[in-house]
Amino acid sequence: MKFGVVVFPGSNCDQDCHWALGRVLGHEAEYVWYQEEDLTGLDCVILPGGFSYGDYLRPGALVRFSPVMEGVRRFAQGGGLVLGICNGFQILLEAGLLPGAMMRNKNLRFICQYVHVRVERSDTPFTCLLKKGEVLKIPIAHMEGNYFADEATLAQLKAHDQVVFRYSSPGGEVAEEYNPNGSLENIAGICNREGNVLGMMPHPERCCEAILGSEDGRMIFESIVAHLTGVGV
Amino acid sequence: MKARIIVTLKRGVLDPQGKAVRGALSNLGFNQVKNVRVGKVIDVDLNGVEDEAQARALIEDMCRKLLANPVIEDFSYTLEDE
Repeated sequence: MKFGVVVFPGSNCDQDCHWALGRVLGHEAEYVWYQEEDLTGLDCVILPGGFSYGDYLRPGALVRFSPVMEGVRRFAQGGGLVLGICNGFQILLEAGLLPGAMMRNKNLRFICQYVHVRVERSDTPFTCLLKKGEVLKIPIAHMEGNYFADEATLAQLKAHDQVVFRYSSPGGEVAEEYNPNGSLENIAGICNREGNVLGMMPHPERCCEAILGSEDGRMIFESIVAHLTGVGV
Repeated sequence: MKARIIVTLKRGVLDPQGKAVRGALSNLGFNQVKNVRVGKVIDVDLNGVEDEAQARALIEDMCRKLLANPVIEDFSYTLEDE
């Protein structure tokens, strides 16, 4: 079981991911430099948060031409598990591995706070140890997390049940008042149709230890492990 | 040949930045402003391209592949001889 954490120029959550996976959860994790294209030997690739390429032009816009993204594309096409967190989610959208786009937060501010998200699917490799309707307490930290998709794309997303997380109240109610950034239909995370690529704005790697205020992020990484070892979905 | 590319949010896509600017303008007393949309200007200096049709094809290709995100943005451009 080996996780690869991609390091882009400007990534700043790569070490947090590596720490959470390796030191906290005790799994094998290695860094993957963005110039590398070969991802053989990895079971799951993490695209971490940060400001790859300085967010120039648009977040994630320039990074998709880096060699590692060609590797990620092939890895995903072959059924490999890819998890994009925050900037990683923005990159997956720009690379066309997930549908839609990120807009600037509705309040035009960088938002860094704990939020609650409701789990909409428990049959993905990333959520198989969670229950549908369960609520996670998990932090967000972004300027562009306002998910947007046109009507046709949104209809497709729903038709294929691709929304995995929605911003909610602590009790699991999804309503506009619990939407921190203006995201369409409170969307906080989506997967591709096959379910092996997940993008999410909240940071599970930042909440894997009680001292950090929540351990809910663990379940996402542990789900991946359960899936890969045949315990989960 | 030079090109000035203008990237704007698609009609129908909410522009919080434009809304904030409109609010600021109205605070300054510019009550005539009905709506504001904020976009980007990208100036591209082409090398060794003399033919207008070729320049147009190149610029449109660049916009579709990188400079604009077709999900949320539209682009337009003007060409200028040096």
